[in-house]
Amino acid sequence: MEQDVKLQIFRGDKEGGEMVDYQVPRIPGMVVLDAVHSVQEKQAPDLGVRWNCKAGKCGSCSAEVNGKPKLLCMERMDKYPEDATMSIRPMKTFPVIKDLVCDVSWNYKVNEKIIPFTPKKGERKFYQYEADRVQEFRKCIECFLCQNVCHVLREHELTDAFSGPRFLVRSAGLEMHPLDVADRSEQIVKDQGIGLCNITKCCTEVCPESIAITDNAIIPLKERAVDRYYDPVRLLFRKLFGKKAAKQEA
Amino acid sequence: MDKFTTHQYDVVIIGAGGAGLRAAIEASAQGAKTAIICKSLLGKAHTVMAEGGVAASLGNVDDRDNWQTHFRDTMKGGKYLNQWRMAELHAQESPDRVNELEEWGAVFDRTKKGKILQRNFGGHTYPRLAHVGDRTGLELLRTLQDRGVHAGIDVFMEYTVRKILKEDGTVSGCVAYQRETGQFSVFNAKAVVIATGGTGRCWEVTSNSWEYTADGHALAMWAGADLMDMEFVQFHPTGMMWPPSVKGTLITEGVRGEGGILKNSEGKRFMFDNVPDMFMGDYAETEEEANGWVKAVVAGKIPKERRPPELLTRDVVARAIRREVLAGRGAPHGGVYLDIATRRPAEEIKKKLPSMYHQFKQLADVDITKEPMEVGPTCHYTMGGVKVDPETQESTIPGLFACGEVAAGLHGANRLGGNSLSDLLVFGKRAGEHASKFAAGRSDFPRVNENDVNDLLKESLKPFNESDGENPYAISEDLQKMMQLNVGIVRTESELQFALEEIKKLRVRAATTKVGGNVQFNPGWHLALDLNNMLDISEVVAKAALLRQESRGAHTREDYPNSEDDWGDVNLVVNGRGESVEVEKKPLAKPPAELQELLNK
Repeated sequence: MEQDVKLQIFRGDKEGGEMVDYQVPRIPGMVVLDAVHSVQEKQAPDLGVRWNCKAGKCGSCSAEVNGKPKLLCMERMDKYPEDATMSIRPMKTFPVIKDLVCDVSWNYKVNEKIIPFTPKKGERKFYQYEADRVQEFRKCIECFLCQNVCHVLREHELTDAFSGPRFLVRSAGLEMHPLDVADRSEQIVKDQGIGLCNITKCCTEVCPESIAITDNAIIPLKERAVDRYYDPVRLLFRKLFGKKAAKQEA
Repeated sequence: MDKFTTHQYDVVIIGAGGAGLRAAIEASAQGAKTAIICKSLLGKAHTVMAEGGVAASLGNVDDRDNWQTHFRDTMKGGKYLNQWRMAELHAQESPDRVNELEEWGAVFDRTKKGKILQRNFGGHTYPRLAHVGDRTGLELLRTLQDRGVHAGIDVFMEYTVRKILKEDGTVSGCVAYQRETGQFSVFNAKAVVIATGGTGRCWEVTSNSWEYTADGHALAMWAGADLMDMEFVQFHPTGMMWPPSVKGTLITEGVRGEGGILKNSEGKRFMFDNVPDMFMGDYAETEEEANGWVKAVVAGKIPKERRPPELLTRDVVARAIRREVLAGRGAPHGGVYLDIATRRPAEEIKKKLPSMYHQFKQLADVDITKEPMEVGPTCHYTMGGVKVDPETQESTIPGLFACGEVAAGLHGANRLGGNSLSDLLVFGKRAGEHASKFAAGRSDFPRVNENDVNDLLKESLKPFNESDGENPYAISEDLQKMMQLNVGIVRTESELQFALEEIKKLRVRAATTKVGGNVQFNPGWHLALDLNNMLDISEVVAKAALLRQESRGAHTREDYPNSEDDWGDVNLVVNGRGESVEVEKKPLAKPPAELQELLNK
């Protein structure tokens, strides 16, 4: 006879809360989200949790399982010892709304400020090797787990100065887009605060889409920023002829 | 303190999937002050689950393709029950809509010549689906989202709409509650667009998320709008079967488009024996011919062979799988085998079907580059919906529009894969355009009847006042199981009658649901309210299915197994205006001669 799953789930809101014990039946192949749903269905219908696709494609069910950031729908229960009690908490970096649901609205505000896609005029021809580079970034499902583990946001709470890995990935996807002509280097340095990232790669480790956030997005953007933004010749060029010309010249 | 807050917008759009976002972008571009109301966070809508691609006759891979062929394929796939004008507009306009997405930043997979790559899919004569690996929906949704956030649209995330408001027979807005706080808001609007997706949560085995509780279908019907084609519910042939946790989760048709084959437990490719008369001669008749087709396609050549029968339309493949399982030739968990491992090299599989690889590896311990997947039918798409004008997407209520899955007409009795993403782009744009025109034609904001709003508030909070009612989850589970058994992939009169009786009983139970906690982010309460939509629309589906005494497309009656001529030119139209729901036969619009000629080819 298989043992029931033992869980501790955070129940509370922005005023505070506590870890509450639950037990649910173990089902073959179950994921952590199944256990949470089982609690919701049979024991606590008011338990707050976000979810949508249940297939790792929408990035809604982010939380911390035994302190590790995970998508609840992709985390198999049989990875954990049967007799251990599993703890499930909301993401720490964002304010709690209720139970496992937290307020991620800051991310949407940051996103709005990014200079939008600005296509070049004329034919839109490009090749798969060019697409490959940005398609990696466009796989992002906006689960915000990278934002959750980033030290700059999690420990230092520098949300005013740093946009976090998610939006550096987004900027990288735009900057390296074969049809885009906007120059975001000033924005990436000044508003997104790329200099604050000290390349600990925590974001890359937790990405459920396995995007090489640090190596393929952040480091190349840092190099571009040094190249473009801090280069004295380009600085002058930008002053004289505007940003667009500076990017095209680059 | 006011019991509700009021907002005013020219156009309010309910739903932020592809159709809702495309409508909002258009309405806003036309100068309308526009709001989107959505149940989840922005960017999480079910559109992200669309995997295979968006259908448009760009002709980038096979230049024989054109809108006429796309039109014919769509009509044939829909068993000619489609609204011909919608199918025509859709085929003509989808290439522009796809190109427009690329202008907005979408990065589709490329051909060797640097154009948008297109893949084969069930029912499409030529490779027609523009795609990004197997995550096309995410690309489409994110592109629209990124465009939308700079378009001056206000987004109300995590709000659920409970009622469409009317004044003098014309739309005056809607009422919604905020999931986080439980507080109600009135959206006073000159025009409203419903873009809420489908009804899949009424069934037990479904590829649909929690959001798909038939909201828009019910909102429109309650407001007095007609619904149509509600008997046609698509069961996608390939959902995951094991483990139980993922039963029903979608496996893209792209697996078969890339050469995947279906086999029974005896190792036989059974689709060769399942080609219906209307498709006879269109598909390969031997494995050799089918393999030749795959070989040519993989090499980027135009095949001389006919396509494999695994690429027949979804209704046909789903029924064939069911037959194999019933005949005792199924796989261990009640499905059949889908094999891509022996068909393509591992590296190609990972490149073309990355999320399928990931999904099976992580959730089912199956390496699809080495072993077959077990697959079976899963409730996937609602062809029926709000009856709309083909040009404007306006419902039978002035100022109320519908687009995307919640609207009826384009797909007829069965939808082709890839036609939903193009549907929501083409008709999302049209709905946004015409909603903004309608709004521009009204000088003042319509009056809101506060009594209507107060009545709704009282009714909505009832589950908190019940002392000994039932848990809404138990009722929802019973409904889903009952619908799966009795209003599923194959139907009979007695089962449909039984379903209607059961719905009555469930409705009594649902009237006194009890939820604990308070109004703040309380999923039990949300479900208690959603149950009303699910029950009413389940009844509509069962009634329509009972009336259509024939088998056509996604609607299969065991007691009436053939398609009948006298059913071939009628749609079933649902009207819920009176005491009870009425379903009536309405003659189908006939295409003009030049289009009829295309269909006769």
